Amino acid sequence: MKSPRRTRLLVLQVLLVSMLAVLGVRLWQVQVVRGAEFAAAANETRTRNVVIPAVRGQILDSSGRPLVRNRAALVVSIDPAQFGKMKDGGRAVLERLAAVLGEPVEELRKRIRPCGPNVSRPCWPGSPYHPIPIAQRVTKRQALQILERQEDFPGVTAEVQAVRDYPNRWHAAQVLGYLQPVTQEELDRKAELKKDFSGMDLVGRDGLEAVYDDYLRGKPGERRIGVDRMGKVTGLESQVPPQPGATLITSIDAKVQAVVEEALAEAMRKKPKADGAAGVVLDVRTGRVIALASRPSYDPTVWTGGISGAEYERLMSPKSGYPLVSRAIKGEYAPGSTFKVSSVAAMVKDGYPLKGKYNCPGSVMIGGRSFSNFRGIGMGVIDLHTALLKSCDTIFYQAAYEQWRRDGGIEGKPNPSEPMSKMARALGFGSKTGIDLPGESPGRIPDRAWKKELWKRTSKESCARAKTGYPEVAKTDPPRAAFLKRLAYEHCVDGYKFWPGEAANLSIGQGDVLVTPLQLAVAYAAIVGDGKVRSPRVGWAIVAPNGKVIKEITPPVIGEVPVPAHVRHYIRRALSHVPSDGTAAGAFQGFPFHKVNVGGKTGTAEVYGKEDTSWFASFAPAENPRFVVVVMVSQGGMGAETAAPAVRRIYEGIYGIGRKPALPNGRPPDRPPVIAPDGTVTP
Amino acid sequence: MTRAVAAQRRSLAGRALKVRSAVRQMDCALLVSVALLSVIGALLVWSSTRTWAAGSPTGLVNKHLLNLVIGWVLFAVVATADARKLQVYAPLAYLASLVTLGLVLTPLGATINGSHSWILLGGGFAFQPSETAKPALILMLAMLLHRPVEGTDRPRGLDVVLALVATAIPIMLVLLQPDLGTTMVFCVILVGVLFFSGLRKRWLALLGLAAAAGAVAVWAMDVLKPYQVARFTAFVNPDVDPRGVGYNSTQALIAIGSGELFGKGLFRGGQTMGRFVPEQHTDFIFTVAGEEFGFVGSIAVVLLLGVVLLRGLRIARMCEDRFGMMVATGVVTWLGFQTFINIGMTIGIMPITGLPLPFVSYGGTATFANMIAVGMLQAIHVRARSFR
Repeated sequence: MKSPRRTRLLVLQVLLVSMLAVLGVRLWQVQVVRGAEFAAAANETRTRNVVIPAVRGQILDSSGRPLVRNRAALVVSIDPAQFGKMKDGGRAVLERLAAVLGEPVEELRKRIRPCGPNVSRPCWPGSPYHPIPIAQRVTKRQALQILERQEDFPGVTAEVQAVRDYPNRWHAAQVLGYLQPVTQEELDRKAELKKDFSGMDLVGRDGLEAVYDDYLRGKPGERRIGVDRMGKVTGLESQVPPQPGATLITSIDAKVQAVVEEALAEAMRKKPKADGAAGVVLDVRTGRVIALASRPSYDPTVWTGGISGAEYERLMSPKSGYPLVSRAIKGEYAPGSTFKVSSVAAMVKDGYPLKGKYNCPGSVMIGGRSFSNFRGIGMGVIDLHTALLKSCDTIFYQAAYEQWRRDGGIEGKPNPSEPMSKMARALGFGSKTGIDLPGESPGRIPDRAWKKELWKRTSKESCARAKTGYPEVAKTDPPRAAFLKRLAYEHCVDGYKFWPGEAANLSIGQGDVLVTPLQLAVAYAAIVGDGKVRSPRVGWAIVAPNGKVIKEITPPVIGEVPVPAHVRHYIRRALSHVPSDGTAAGAFQGFPFHKVNVGGKTGTAEVYGKEDTSWFASFAPAENPRFVVVVMVSQGGMGAETAAPAVRRIYEGIYGIGRKPALPNGRPPDRPPVIAPDGTVTP
Repeated sequence: MTRAVAAQRRSLAGRALKVRSAVRQMDCALLVSVALLSVIGALLVWSSTRTWAAGSPTGLVNKHLLNLVIGWVLFAVVATADARKLQVYAPLAYLASLVTLGLVLTPLGATINGSHSWILLGGGFAFQPSETAKPALILMLAMLLHRPVEGTDRPRGLDVVLALVATAIPIMLVLLQPDLGTTMVFCVILVGVLFFSGLRKRWLALLGLAAAAGAVAVWAMDVLKPYQVARFTAFVNPDVDPRGVGYNSTQALIAIGSGELFGKGLFRGGQTMGRFVPEQHTDFIFTVAGEEFGFVGSIAVVLLLGVVLLRGLRIARMCEDRFGMMVATGVVTWLGFQTFINIGMTIGIMPITGLPLPFVSYGGTATFANMIAVGMLQAIHVRARSFR
């Protein structure tokens, strides 16, 4: 053997040894140095987390009756990730599924497409990585067809899930709210939600479901399952059981609520032009909400199982009258004469004698304009009691005009006293009551500062319009365009001025003043009760699944009526004769006042171009009030004609006049119901 | 009659004696290493196929064991043969390879797992001519180059040209399949055998230049299929397309890395059970060793393969005749290249190429070819020893 060959053999040997060394070093690096990292990656590819949804807590009424409960439903969902892997994007599977479900395939396809700026319902608003419920009202037979032929339905599952059930249908629908899948934006916004949520989770979108979502939601469990490359389950790795959500006990009484709903429905039936109504029942002593109704209403079951396109369109269309909007807390209306309790208190606080005599002529001239009573009837010289009882306007016009002049007239002086608007604000008007429901409106109390603020915001536009006019209106209606141009000019020049007519209108709840039915109820409760303004609450107690009370909710006191008790008593006594001898006497004819005496005030607010808003704000028993009941019917006509009879029906229902009482002895429960660890509820 | 019987008995006894002495003269370390690798391979094939193949709990292991038995019989036949006979059979083996490689391109050829390199035999068996062509090419090249120029240790120029042609023909046939991995193995075998044929360095350098120019030409003329280019791209940057071409190398790395120091234990590899690594019983069998036996186990496999290669090199060194030495070095370069490429691709230091891991991967023809190659090494060893 010659040496060159030996050298070459040595070269090969060195090559082989270094090759082995390279492999060894690299293996050390992969398996030992970075081993843990790859082990974690392996875990991630090999296992999948499946969220076990937590059963959402119930919402109960003050006697433990369910307002919202859960019901087991068979739900068919599809896994978009698995559909995405299919060659045809799951088209064939979807077609088979449509055949089983008996629905057009196009409808199913719409339900699983992700929502976007240009994609409206039906669509999937949740996370794109989680199962999409495609049908939630599935029969057992359909579910079995899907489960038994999994090879035909890859990526499709059918399982029992708890869905929301509303035993009282459309009663208090806006108060209860509804659920919708959590959106990706919501998840991105709230980092701490991410661990509590999966894309299939529903989140409270409105009402109590939204406000108490954190309590009701519970904590979803998690099942960690092993999967193979095809996504087939190979075994269970670990499991964290879900924690059911807490129960929310409300102060709502389902029976009283039913009575209110009925009364509103009846009032709307009587007035075909009426386009909305609201009813509020407050517990005067505690500030709790016993009933809160708004019409038109809807059946919240439409949300269960993903709302269909047609149903969503219907809910959102003007034709259905926006049933999702609670008129009781979101609707802003001129309160009309119901507002006079505020004006009386304001007058007395301003120094007008409580027991004094005032002239109530048929009309008065203010700022060159005539302001008159209803039908221009004069009542002679009367006291404030009669002014409330018979609803005289001119006494309040005169007082408001006098106060306006004292405050410096049109131009105003610095720090005007403005007794009327100040009293209104003290009673809670002009700002949100702070009820535990989302989307409340603040209402509006017009005063000098508000006027200036409004002018600052709009004068630019008005001045521009004063120059350019309204050519787009002039095309069709030249006289109106000329009028608008003049108005714009006036506003541009004089918009900041507070006219005497505006002060006069405020005093009788007309003009720019706007209140919500709930605000009116809160103010009345403060005046006829202990003088304290309370922020009302619907939630009463939150009870953990084991029966332990997590939280008891007390309506906080947010203000006090700034007049002495005897003034409030005077007003209460005056109002307690309205149903028997006053403006509401017609509506309460034959009412057994000896059984329960009712006090109240009618209101008829004029609305430009529409029918009047009908109001009745009331309380009972008149001597020692327990309830405040406010009914408002938009475009319902006169207060005595529409709202007062509705209120009468409500009291008849509560106290059981001519029917079974909704509340035994006319008293709401003092304590929230007790929930035992086994789930039984005792009132 | 009795004499005939006695003669027959004597000849039988003589043959048995011959075999026994041959076994005694074999390279023991090589024998044991290959045996251990066969056992490990069977276990890994079992582990990687038991969860899915044919619905049987043993998976493909029965078939693999049958292949191993046939392989070991082939080994025994070759190892106990006279090494000089190999030279006689070389043209025959080479021609048979060309014929079978040609048959693959006829309608008899079949496509399995996306590569058109099979001939179906029926009964669920298939034959892969490109595997058996590897030892056949080694024999052919060694035969062509083993006669030196008188008085020197250098091959004759004509023989070198013939060797190039002899390699080019099977390369053409394999490229038509197309099978890039086998093509590379053929080239490596040629380089290995030429290198030890005593060819002058300047000629080697020239051939190297020509090969490089050829490679550039191949690249420039777009001969490579897009998926082959993609594999190289993915090797350079596996994150380019983690769901596509990069998927294999990423999943292989995850499986091996997750084995950590001691592995998850036989049949306990979650990545293996979940079949995250494709072709796990064939080309990616090493990932099973990595996951289930850990660093300790995979290093053991590497070391056993190292023993095989170094013993083969030792046999080449000890061999006195040029033919045997060239066969031995040819086998070592082939198996060494295939080992490095195969393990390297699973741990992300080599591009993905469809080459099985010698002695371990599932696959009948490859097993046969490997066992024949080891048999040739042992036969050369036995002959070399009998001269001492």
